[in-house]
Amino acid sequence: MARRASETPTRTWNEVRPQRRSAIPEGLWLRCQACGKMVYRRHLEANLNVCPECDFHHRISAAERIGQLADTDSFQEMFGNLSAADPLQFKDLKAYSDRLLAEQIKTGAKDAIKAGRMFIKGREAMVCCLDLTFMMGSMGSVVGETITRAIEEATRTGLPLVIVSCSGGARMQESGLSLMQMAKTSAALARYDQAGGLFISVLTDPTTGGVTASFAMLGDVIFAEPNALIGFAGPRVIQQTIRQELPEGFQRSEFLRKSGLVDRVIHRSQLRNEIARIIDYSGK
Amino acid sequence: MSAYYQLDFEKPLVELDRQIEALETQLKNEQPAAAGDPGSHVAKLTADIASLRARHASELKAIYAKLTPWQTVRVARHPQRPQTRDYVAMICRDFTELHGDRRFGDDPAMVTGFARIGPLKVMVVGHQKGKETSEKIACHFGCAHPEGYRKALAKMKLAAKYGVPIVTLVDTPGAYPGLGAEQRGQAEAIAVNMLEMSRLAVPIVSIVIGEGGSGGALGIAVADRVAMLSNSWYSVISPEGCAAILWKEANEQTNSAAAKSLKLTASDNLALGIVDDVIPEPPGGAHRDARSTAMNLQAWIVQQIQRLRTVPANDLLERRYERFRKMGVYIEQAEPAASA
Repeated sequence: MARRASETPTRTWNEVRPQRRSAIPEGLWLRCQACGKMVYRRHLEANLNVCPECDFHHRISAAERIGQLADTDSFQEMFGNLSAADPLQFKDLKAYSDRLLAEQIKTGAKDAIKAGRMFIKGREAMVCCLDLTFMMGSMGSVVGETITRAIEEATRTGLPLVIVSCSGGARMQESGLSLMQMAKTSAALARYDQAGGLFISVLTDPTTGGVTASFAMLGDVIFAEPNALIGFAGPRVIQQTIRQELPEGFQRSEFLRKSGLVDRVIHRSQLRNEIARIIDYSGK
Repeated sequence: MSAYYQLDFEKPLVELDRQIEALETQLKNEQPAAAGDPGSHVAKLTADIASLRARHASELKAIYAKLTPWQTVRVARHPQRPQTRDYVAMICRDFTELHGDRRFGDDPAMVTGFARIGPLKVMVVGHQKGKETSEKIACHFGCAHPEGYRKALAKMKLAAKYGVPIVTLVDTPGAYPGLGAEQRGQAEAIAVNMLEMSRLAVPIVSIVIGEGGSGGALGIAVADRVAMLSNSWYSVISPEGCAAILWKEANEQTNSAAAKSLKLTASDNLALGIVDDVIPEPPGGAHRDARSTAMNLQAWIVQQIQRLRTVPANDLLERRYERFRKMGVYIEQAEPAASA
């Protein structure tokens, strides 16, 4: 089992360009960036985008996540009518408004989150999934508002709440307003907590910055997918601060579990089962 | 005046400082000889000094009236800028410091304790950056560890138990990014603070007195009323951090551009509704006149808490929730025709 953390910040499945004389149609075979083996695309998808060879958990979009979690056809999207404004008229090398448009065209999504009700093994729940494919899953006003509405809806209806996080953190282009989403979502969770709600937070690769430092670490139960990068500061920032090599596996799920920060490290194939189990124990 | 650490944009003042100082030395030497003679050299010297001082004052005012956001950040980081312990010394009586988080340790980057401010008993919680080198190192330059945030929460809960209002002073470049901090749950500590502060049933007021760096700042700033000193900054990331990511490199020029884009000044944050008030600093920044800054700070704290104390606890919490609930700007399209 040649399993190792990838050195590159983003891990993707490279499509292997077929040789001119190859009989294999384009895109059918992929190379796993973790183990380097060739994987048949349909095998990979059937395996929830976990490499059948090395068990590496590949990053997936919010839509794929929902497809994997929800009982067939049970997902009903909510709050999908929110999209980002550009309140600060933010401009770096590129204007935020242009960036947003490009991301919306690229992904077909309005922002970096999908939310709604679904059934998970027959148990109804409010579910939010962050989406890495849209501006690294960063939290601006739309993500913060969607999550807050989902929490409030769960508080109102008494449904369990599941948030699957993957994010680079707060969205810089909305500056202070992004920062305030951390307080907003945390305050909403305080009320949900007071109402006796069950919040299962699922941390996936990567979950960092302002998302970790708000709702993601506030789960009543916290799950993490294997080998996911989870932290407050990014590894590079820490390395620059302390000026020494980071230990092997630092800020990975298993490290967090040993440090007492997450309850369970869960293989993707078991996520539905485990969520259902906790819901049953909570009596929700 | 010339003892101050000089910021580059204050250069025009340095020459004036030098001239004033020279004349003052002259004056000191001559005074015994010809005191009381109106037409004397002394009277002329005195007049010259006065006019130079006036020029200095107007120059200072002019420079600080048009600080760029990046220059404001530099003022907020001025080494002589008053810190939490300075304000505690200036506005608090009977400060009773309380230490430790009861779990891991006592973080010197977070100062907590009971105190009296004017007519009020309060719990003071604030970041401390440190003044002397050894204190700076112990405080990690104002970057608190998880134990600092947990200490803050423990003391705030203590205050809430006895109905004592809470005053937090924010002054941090950000929460500490390090091995131990991560291992002990920096993110969790900040998140729990925000959650718990949203439901502490006593008035909470927060003031950004210098740097309001991201989650590390917000971790003690979920309050009923939030203010900024006029030369402080408050944002989701430091200009350098932002420049390094979005401009691919942090240098004087990109830092300046990032500071501008981030809308991090007190007036920007006021316009965005992120803070409720801006507390004025004297011309030339808090470090030039710490005492008058402290008086402004005290007046604001006392006024706000006295107002908040008249609000019933339930309403207080409801309003605090709403204060943060309404934050965020987005476009909401009409819901499409209801799907079953």
